[in-house]
Amino acid sequence: MQQGTNWELIKNGMFKENTLFRMAISLCPAIAVTASMKNGILMGVAVLFVQVMVNMTVSSIRQFINPRIRLPIYMIVIAGWVSVIDMTMAAYAREAYKQIGLYIQLIVAFASILAKAESFASKNKIVPSMMDGVGMGLGFLLAMIVISFFRELLGKGTLLGLDIAGGKPLLIMVLPAGGFFAFGLLMGFFNWIDIRFFGGKGAGGAGGH
Amino acid sequence: MAGEKKEHELIVSVSPHVKGEETVSRIMWSVSLALLPAFLMSLYYFGPGALFVTALCVITSVLAEYLYQKALEKKITVSDGSSFLTGLLLGMNLPPSLPFYIPIAGSFMAVVITKQLFGGLGYNIFNPALIGRAFLLITWPKAMTIWKEPTAIFVALDAKTTATPLGILKEEGIGKLLEAFGDKSNLYMQLLLGNRAGSVGETSVVALLLGAAFLLYRRYITWHIPLSFLGTVALIAWVFGGKGAFFTGDPVIHLLSGGLILGAFFMATDYVTCPSIRKGQIIFGIGCGAVTMLIRLKGGYPEGVMFAILIMNCFAPLIDRAVKTVPFGTVKK
Repeated sequence: MQQGTNWELIKNGMFKENTLFRMAISLCPAIAVTASMKNGILMGVAVLFVQVMVNMTVSSIRQFINPRIRLPIYMIVIAGWVSVIDMTMAAYAREAYKQIGLYIQLIVAFASILAKAESFASKNKIVPSMMDGVGMGLGFLLAMIVISFFRELLGKGTLLGLDIAGGKPLLIMVLPAGGFFAFGLLMGFFNWIDIRFFGGKGAGGAGGH
Repeated sequence: MAGEKKEHELIVSVSPHVKGEETVSRIMWSVSLALLPAFLMSLYYFGPGALFVTALCVITSVLAEYLYQKALEKKITVSDGSSFLTGLLLGMNLPPSLPFYIPIAGSFMAVVITKQLFGGLGYNIFNPALIGRAFLLITWPKAMTIWKEPTAIFVALDAKTTATPLGILKEEGIGKLLEAFGDKSNLYMQLLLGNRAGSVGETSVVALLLGAAFLLYRRYITWHIPLSFLGTVALIAWVFGGKGAFFTGDPVIHLLSGGLILGAFFMATDYVTCPSIRKGQIIFGIGCGAVTMLIRLKGGYPEGVMFAILIMNCFAPLIDRAVKTVPFGTVKK
């Protein structure tokens, strides 16, 4: 059940099924770690890695999985890859890990990863599954970059730690409340672009958890 | 519509068929008028700073609504007075000395984010003016807590800053407050008149009550929310407000200080964001009072009226649903 070319798969994950802006799932880290751009990017990269590896692993063992116990098996695969990225970051990115370590471990519970393992990787060959994972992961990474860009710039006046604005223009943006403001406004903005320029219907399909 | 009427002599429409004279804009302008005495008192005590902050808020609020509706090609509803009232309330909730960009940011937050993005007048979940103020307080905590000393009797060449009575009460206790104002009756008197540090429009209790009486007389607001709000605050202040023993607190200080009177009569009674059933309004008022006193006595801020009303705004639809009268004969599932 291959769905279009590889490029279409990537595009689909990045835009049409964007985890944050279109499906409105996995919002917890999108609010919690986006106060600084560095953390946002690291989180996005971790999700990208897990998404791709889980899709590839599930796809490669799809013939051997007994359908009755497929969900526990997906969970073991996801937990395994999350442990890999968790330990890697704990070893090589100490400072950032202290701040976002909890959310790295929470990738286990990401709806988009389990959903893609179930709905795509278990029915497709390795390469399309990988491309689908790349698309979903890149979509998440891009969304995290956009949100954390605005929050760090407006809240701290810095970008990736470099002083840009000189001062703290809008303190609220680095607080959790500001996370919701930034996310809501950006989601609205991308909806507006979608409706205005691409004839879409706007997001909110998933109902969001 | 006028053209259609000529073609069809008989018009079929849903009720209500008989309408009163009251319109949204009439109510909005009346509430603005009711705030006038308090505004004049603030001019007397805080001078040009109060005028600057309030005028800036009103102008930018109206402008923000106009520009938003213009940009999105919606019907321009500036003349209904709701954005004027939002700006006025926001201005009256701000300290009298602020850099110019803070009221502008507050107006934008109140009118565009809180009201228009949620669908315009009647659809906002939260009181726009209060969200504007909460946003400013969190974003610029320092500038938003610089209180100018009233200058009418403290004649000074340059404006001094001081703490609000509630701030003094929280940080240094009631002894310090009495020291600053003399004895208790003088303290009550000055609080009633508004001769104290605070937000532009919140200080003068007498002037606010005058406006509130006008609104009550015209039946634009009912007694349910303000009375249950104030009653709860007084009760909790009396029971838990004292040092050490129960039932030794001073409810009068808590009633007269902070933004309580302004909040209870003018902000909590906002039609859009409070429950519409009387029984629900009483629950809403009690909740506002309880949260206010929780913040005043135990919280990190000296004043809690704003957050109390905002928190209870969230519950308004739930309260309405809970107290809705069940039609006779309905079987409960």
